[in-house]
Amino acid sequence: MMKIEAIIQPSRFVSVKEALHEIGIEGMTVTEVRGHGRQKGHTEIYRGREYTVDLLPKMKVEMVLPDALVEKALAAIMKTAKTGMIGDGKIFLSKIDEAIRIRNDERGENAL
Amino acid sequence: MTIPKLHLSQIYCKSAPDRGRGTWRTCLLLAVMLWGASSAFAQAAPATDFSKATTSEKLTQLDQRVTAAQSSADNAWMLVSAALVLMMTGPGLALFYGGLVRRKNTLAIMMQSFALMALITVMWALVGYSLCFGGNGPLIGGFEHAFLRGVGADPNPDYSGTIPQTTFMVYQLMFAIITPALITGATAERMKFSGSVLFMVLWFVFVYAPLAHMVWGKGGFLNASLGGRFPTLDFAGGTVVHISSGVSALVCALYLRKRTGYPQQPMPPHSLVLSFIGACLLWVGWFGFNAGSALASNGLASSAFVATHFAAASAALAWCAAEWFKNGRASALGGISGAVAGLVAITPAAGFVGPMPALVIGICAGAFCYWMVTKVKAIFKYDDALDAFGVHGAGGTIGALLTGAFAQQAINPIFGAGKPVGGLDGHWAQVGNQLVGVLIAWGIALVGTIVLLKIVDMIMGLRVTTEEEEAGLDITQHGEEAYNLEA
Repeated sequence: MMKIEAIIQPSRFVSVKEALHEIGIEGMTVTEVRGHGRQKGHTEIYRGREYTVDLLPKMKVEMVLPDALVEKALAAIMKTAKTGMIGDGKIFLSKIDEAIRIRNDERGENAL
Repeated sequence: MTIPKLHLSQIYCKSAPDRGRGTWRTCLLLAVMLWGASSAFAQAAPATDFSKATTSEKLTQLDQRVTAAQSSADNAWMLVSAALVLMMTGPGLALFYGGLVRRKNTLAIMMQSFALMALITVMWALVGYSLCFGGNGPLIGGFEHAFLRGVGADPNPDYSGTIPQTTFMVYQLMFAIITPALITGATAERMKFSGSVLFMVLWFVFVYAPLAHMVWGKGGFLNASLGGRFPTLDFAGGTVVHISSGVSALVCALYLRKRTGYPQQPMPPHSLVLSFIGACLLWVGWFGFNAGSALASNGLASSAFVATHFAAASAALAWCAAEWFKNGRASALGGISGAVAGLVAITPAAGFVGPMPALVIGICAGAFCYWMVTKVKAIFKYDDALDAFGVHGAGGTIGALLTGAFAQQAINPIFGAGKPVGGLDGHWAQVGNQLVGVLIAWGIALVGTIVLLKIVDMIMGLRVTTEEEEAGLDITQHGEEAYNLEA
């Protein structure tokens, strides 16, 4: 089992979600986050005072998948989330030790 | 006597700011029209008796009905104006300031305005009205109207001959409410609620009441319409409201010192949407503030209404133009701040200047206050958090001085028919009188505020602790959160 953590542009989120649905992945956790890598922020001015805003809004999509689905999911995300510009985001993969379905105590890949 | 056949249009076309014959003729027509119908004016005799009355009795009754008609129109307008001015505090100012502070301090700043709505009202009822408008001393009123004794349906001819004194009293109350509320902008995000309540109570008695009496009260030595020694033209409160609160705000900001983390830590407004709504409510409410200060529903009220509106508009444009020039963009905050600055500056001038000078006053205020808020504040580094001094203190000062320059007897012959009023009449000495009033307002505000701050600080402290400031005033002063988004 692998966890995919994808930080993407908010405007690409709907496309990414639909692409994941199309390959059969429906379980995911989505958070609105702020952050930046190399992307520059912008300056806001309120009554003559300047504020540099360099934490930019992004969407974080997390999902835990059986090993067999991981490559397909990565391909789907890469295809739909990419705009080619700085700020597109990143994907992180990590191994998951255990998954449990709370409703009926199922464990392992059956719980996904 | 011949009763002129007046067309309905002639009632509504009384656009010229004449307060004498035009109003009289209008009311005559009104009375004649209502003559036949069953009368709503309680003082008049029933219609059936009228036809049997003698000519002189008829004239007496007619006179009563005309007076009642005029009173009715004036009172309707004045009650609406009073409501508009209260709206300026709640929710106008509450929203305007509320949006400008950080989220954790939203309720606290709103609560300060709201608390004053309640507190000042009670104080006004007990003793405030009397201190401001009672007596005839040069510096302060008296106690003859304490507990509103003698304040009823009869007009007080010293102040407003056609409306019940109750109306005049409650109208003036709304001014007394908003004036201290303006100060809260300077001390935002770091003032204790308890300390601010005590301070405002004392400030109202020792700073607002004397100044209000001096400028508007009978015998007040700055009173332009009741023969004051240095007649300062202040139609709706440039000195009494804006200079007093603005200068006091500066003193408070300096005394309380800067917010923790200011100016390094970013503290942008948490919701300009709230501020926008508040500013628009202020603009609309200001018609009650300025046009209502005519104390009657007449040509002068119309003139003041227009001057108010025009100054707000031109000031908003001036501030936006300044921003566009400086930053390459006009901002929403700049637009609304400019409008408020223009409204502040036109406050003393509204019933004395014409529409074109009103545009000029607005432009001057927009530009001047923009400079005060962006440049001067940065140079002297005081933390006037919401620019109470930069907009109200500065705007009120420049407005009061420009009033002396632009006042015209054609708009309002306040010194008597045919007597020159301001610079446009050639009476440039009026600017000097304005300066006297401005300096006195500054002086009272400065001295009074420093003394009162010290007293309250010694009694209960004024500033919250650093930890409380970090956690936010909503939670520490009021035990609440403005936004429970997870709920």
